[in-house]
Amino acid sequence: MRVRLISGIAAIAALGLAGSLSLATAADKPSDPQIAHIAYTAGAIDVEAAKQAIAKSKNKDVVAFAESMLRDHEAVNKQALDLVKKLNVTPEDNATSQALSKAATAERDKLSGLEGAAFDKAYVDNEVAYHKQVNGALEGLLIPSAQNAELKSLLETGLKLFRGHQQHAEHVAAALK
Amino acid sequence: MRHLLLIAMPTLILSAGMAQSATIEVTIEKMAFSPAEVEVKIGDTIEWVNKDAFVHTATVKGGWDVQLPVKKSGSVVVDKAGTLDYYCRFHPNMKGRITVAP
Repeated sequence: MRVRLISGIAAIAALGLAGSLSLATAADKPSDPQIAHIAYTAGAIDVEAAKQAIAKSKNKDVVAFAESMLRDHEAVNKQALDLVKKLNVTPEDNATSQALSKAATAERDKLSGLEGAAFDKAYVDNEVAYHKQVNGALEGLLIPSAQNAELKSLLETGLKLFRGHQQHAEHVAAALK
Repeated sequence: MRHLLLIAMPTLILSAGMAQSATIEVTIEKMAFSPAEVEVKIGDTIEWVNKDAFVHTATVKGGWDVQLPVKKSGSVVVDKAGTLDYYCRFHPNMKGRITVAP
């Protein structure tokens, strides 16, 4: 049962941009160590994307946005690491984390082949889609599944933060058009 | 001792002259300005206290831009009447409003 659910989540996550993790409303839920791993992975992916954008983009607004992503996601992940240490929890790798990483690697490769305005547009559009996807997962699956109150609270703070990121990305995307 | 007195005197006069204006504190916690709307008078100071683990700003488009590092505060003195809408540059969904009475 568990295996089927996880591969179900993974399949949805693997849909990448168009997919929405919030669809994964199966009865079986990810455990706290898995949730911690998924949340941390999702943050680390956006940190890498931000580093790539800071290195490649010449657009002031895009670079400022990427710097914001780098700063905020590093801050959240630091809090996440502090929390798992405090709770003595070892984050557990799982199919969802792996699917997220796989999709992110493909996206990063795609972006590395683009330059200038084409890169800016692709990066920002992906940031909009990615934050939408992660926010959907937080709201629909990760937050409701979290057992530990402190983990739940950190995820809720993350959701507020990432909703802000999504709006910020949408502003930048609109300005690029 | 005499030196100290000389230094203390002007400070006293200065602070007496400013006694009328107030400092209004706005807290930033969990990605929100609280209270989101404040009513103040010209000469008052708005002080933002950032309790989040994230860097924020209090920014008026075409106006001031107050940087608010993690667990730090920043302030502005309002010098003209009107309504000021501000937001956080890093998280544009965070919004606040200051109504300044003459």
